[in-house]
Amino acid sequence: MGSEEFRLGLRLGLPYAAVGFVLSGSFGVLAVQTGFTPLQAIATSALVFAGSAQFAALAIVSGGGGIGAALGSATLMHSRFLAMGIALAPSLPGGPLRRAAEGQAVIDASWALANRGDGTFNRELLIGTTLPQYASWFAGTVVGALAGDLIGDPEQYGLDVLFPTFFMAILLAELRRPRARVVALAGAGISLALVPFAPAGIPVLAAGAAALIGLGDAAPEEGEKA
Amino acid sequence: MTLSEGEVWMLIGALVVMTAGMKAIGPALVGGRELPAWCAGVIALMAPALLAALVATAVFADGPHLSVGADTAGVAVATVLLVRRAPLVLVCAVAMVVTAALRALG
Repeated sequence: MGSEEFRLGLRLGLPYAAVGFVLSGSFGVLAVQTGFTPLQAIATSALVFAGSAQFAALAIVSGGGGIGAALGSATLMHSRFLAMGIALAPSLPGGPLRRAAEGQAVIDASWALANRGDGTFNRELLIGTTLPQYASWFAGTVVGALAGDLIGDPEQYGLDVLFPTFFMAILLAELRRPRARVVALAGAGISLALVPFAPAGIPVLAAGAAALIGLGDAAPEEGEKA
Repeated sequence: MTLSEGEVWMLIGALVVMTAGMKAIGPALVGGRELPAWCAGVIALMAPALLAALVATAVFADGPHLSVGADTAGVAVATVLLVRRAPLVLVCAVAMVVTAALRALG
């Protein structure tokens, strides 16, 4: 242990932070265009700090959905953090409150990078990797929310592809497990089949059912990292 | 959007509680214990299921319609580059340029 690992984390987090800056900028722009005040857009990124949940909720409300549907979609998107937190738990020191507080540092990229591959996580690396991503997530949203009117339509610049590209990068890492490929195909198929009929957000919600393919599976090896 | 300003604040508050709670539960309660196997298997596969659905709908759904557009091409190019292990920042830049160029031409 030592601040060396923390500093390594800071460095490793930089590319993700760079993408996160632009991604959260597009969140700021879209949130304000949807009808959030700039303060609300910035508060969302500062306090929620969960890209997939934020975009999921925004997609629902911009499609005319209510609070319940937005929260439901965001919750399902965010549910993977339950599993990630459980896997991380033994690597965190201290009592429940301290562990819960440090668990807030978990985001997708940091969690993957901090995984030592032997069932344990490098806590200092995790926190170090998250810090630049938090800073840039906040800063990007400030810029997007305040400059949104100047930017106009983010789609003109292709900004809307950042979101699927960022998540494709995380998905591809998941797909090293053969079982996950089947589930991913099923999830994509379920969601696209429902798009013409179901209200916004429901297709992604329903795709979660594809994970039931894992019913009865042995617990995944924590050291399982290709 | 049909929500009022106050309702948006309610949504933000609910999201804060939900996201922080979801991250806190494991570290606070589970400690060193393991989940039942049936549960762990499903949870482990939630991420690929949801991520794939998220990518698929972001790329192919246009409201209630399925369509292939400039963004589909941009994400397809990005996927090829990611599989070839190109750096994420470069991949994102290329995806944006491809998509923006196709839209400008189209």
